[in-house]
Amino acid sequence: MTRRRPFRTASIAVVWLWLGLFALLPNLGLLLVTFLERGESDFVSLVFTWDNYARLADPVFVRILGESLWLAAASTLVCLLIGYPFAYAVATARRGLRPWLLLLVVIPFWTNSLIRTYALIIILKSQGIASNVLMALGLVSEPVSFMYGEFAVFTGLTYTLLPFMILPLYASIEKLDKRLLDAAKDLGASSLRAFWHVTLPLTLPGIVAGCMLVFLPSLGCFYIPEILGGAKSMLIGNFIKNQFLVARDWPLGAAASTIMTALLVLMIIGYWLSSRRVALRERKGADTGAATAGRTPDGGHDMTHGADGARRARGRA
Amino acid sequence: MADQEHIIELRGVTKTFEDTVALDSIDLTIRNGEFLTLLGPSGCGKTTILRLLSGFEQPTAGEVRINGQVVNRVPPEQRQVNTVFQNYALFPHMTVRDNVAFGLKMQGVAADETARRVHDALRMVHLETFADRKPRQLSGGQQQRVAIARAVINNPLVLLLDEPFSALDFKLRKQMQLEIKHLQRQLGITFVFVTHDQEEAFAMSDRVVVMNEGRIEQIGAPKEIYEEPANMYVARFVGDINALPGRIDAVRLDWSAAPGAPLAPPAPGTPEHAALPPDLKPGEHLYDATVGGTVFPVRSPRRLAPGDAVQVLLRPEDLRIDRIAVAETPDWPHLWGRIEESVYKGATVDLVITLDDGQRLMAAEFFNEDDEDINYNPGERVAVSWVDGWEVLLPDDAA
Repeated sequence: MTRRRPFRTASIAVVWLWLGLFALLPNLGLLLVTFLERGESDFVSLVFTWDNYARLADPVFVRILGESLWLAAASTLVCLLIGYPFAYAVATARRGLRPWLLLLVVIPFWTNSLIRTYALIIILKSQGIASNVLMALGLVSEPVSFMYGEFAVFTGLTYTLLPFMILPLYASIEKLDKRLLDAAKDLGASSLRAFWHVTLPLTLPGIVAGCMLVFLPSLGCFYIPEILGGAKSMLIGNFIKNQFLVARDWPLGAAASTIMTALLVLMIIGYWLSSRRVALRERKGADTGAATAGRTPDGGHDMTHGADGARRARGRA
Repeated sequence: MADQEHIIELRGVTKTFEDTVALDSIDLTIRNGEFLTLLGPSGCGKTTILRLLSGFEQPTAGEVRINGQVVNRVPPEQRQVNTVFQNYALFPHMTVRDNVAFGLKMQGVAADETARRVHDALRMVHLETFADRKPRQLSGGQQQRVAIARAVINNPLVLLLDEPFSALDFKLRKQMQLEIKHLQRQLGITFVFVTHDQEEAFAMSDRVVVMNEGRIEQIGAPKEIYEEPANMYVARFVGDINALPGRIDAVRLDWSAAPGAPLAPPAPGTPEHAALPPDLKPGEHLYDATVGGTVFPVRSPRRLAPGDAVQVLLRPEDLRIDRIAVAETPDWPHLWGRIEESVYKGATVDLVITLDDGQRLMAAEFFNEDDEDINYNPGERVAVSWVDGWEVLLPDDAA
């Protein structure tokens, strides 16, 4: 297969070029900067140092990282808990209704997410919509503010990233063969157990994809914590942004960014390894199975041999 | 356990989906331990009956009883009925072992008993060495066996099979038919089988239910259905059939006539009795009927009167084809025709014959060691008749 495919070669080359120029190169530059010293006039001065990483061992940074991880994990979990039932409802809705329900998920993207984040302030602020509703219901006696803190940031992240959870979940639930649920019920499983033993494991790829699409951006997001979290909450995204734009400490910001990227890459590798181990185990099962296949082929039944024998006997007669 | 003679009873069961009637007042009784097949084209309601039995649908009207209990509102997971699904519906993320063990797991059967029963079930379908594989690592026939093992391990009162062989190739299909039949005898479980394949239905079943447009057309043993179809629909659905329009000329023998009356059956021992066709069954009336201008003796359990329009139904293998020299005329009732086509089939030769009045007939001649001469040439002139008494008479509703 050495036939040349000029179009294929060209289109792949464009992608490689793009990735190389706009992803690999900047990231390598960033990595380089982490080993340089902070400069007075040009942001960085060309002196090799490990100091930037040493500075990140600061308990303050560790606490920021921990808090960011926690907040990202919590919003991922809540997105999953809200997104799964919604995706399930959409995927099992009437076929004609599904595109419209999916449209509801996509519509928010038509508004800039920065604007949507500001809009959240109107809901969450003191005497905002949420506060007024709670007052009207008599649940609180005086106006409450949900703004400026972990809760507001968490709300913002969950709200903004929910569609990224719903869409891959929808894709995997919609693909699920509903006859398998019939089979489970036929074999005596209640709806709940059928869900647990069949639906959940078979939609796991969608769950993993959705969780990654929510977890990764929520870890690095800086504008939502900045707008909704106020001065009280500092997350790793804000920390990095501040190093670059406020403190003008590029090497430190680059080092923090590199640490975060390394963490994410480690997580993806971990997931990849665990799924590969499952696949390997399956393949091993297949190999041993293939070895025994010769012994018990499809035709391994006495009655068929009998029929063949009868045919041969008739052939002779 | 099964303690009723009739394991399943449907009484006046109607099922409508929105505005279409899938089942129209069905009455059906299934005996304990029998192999019953629901046969019909797609959309005839056979799968709907299966889904009513498995519990995935509820009847709009009427009653479904399993083992004497009305189960109209009992959900599938609480019924002692298991299904082999059309595309097997094996759980792709589980091994063969876990698939087969699923039902026992749901019942909370102990681990060691489950292991033993799973092993037994897999051995029964010759797959004990495949327990650790995933379904997609098996061939179609093997997946089929897993689906069967997964269903029968639960000792259901009734096993439902929904076109289970539709994804298999011809040879494997034949083999699985034998295996399923064998398994059913071995287990003694009632099997309700759904298919649109008439041959498959006949090969496997104790009784066949022929369905059409939500109604049952005929219930009977395969032989009855094939040899004595109740109507044109059944006749045409189960195999090739020739329908010759005819008219009753005279009644020769009438079993409903009073003893001693002119047409009454003669008393045994009389010469009239000896003159009756030897294979005449009690209750079969004798008639003369004109078919294609020739008068034939015919018989039928139906009461018909002179002048009645009838369809004379003949299977291709019922027809008798004789090569006659041009000048001769056979001394038995016959119709003249010409060989149109002759197709060699191995065990038979299939003939297409055009009668002189333009009607086309299908005939099948069997090879016979004494008479090698059934290789007809197109255009050859033949006399067509049939084995006396093998015809089926139906009233001609169209006339």
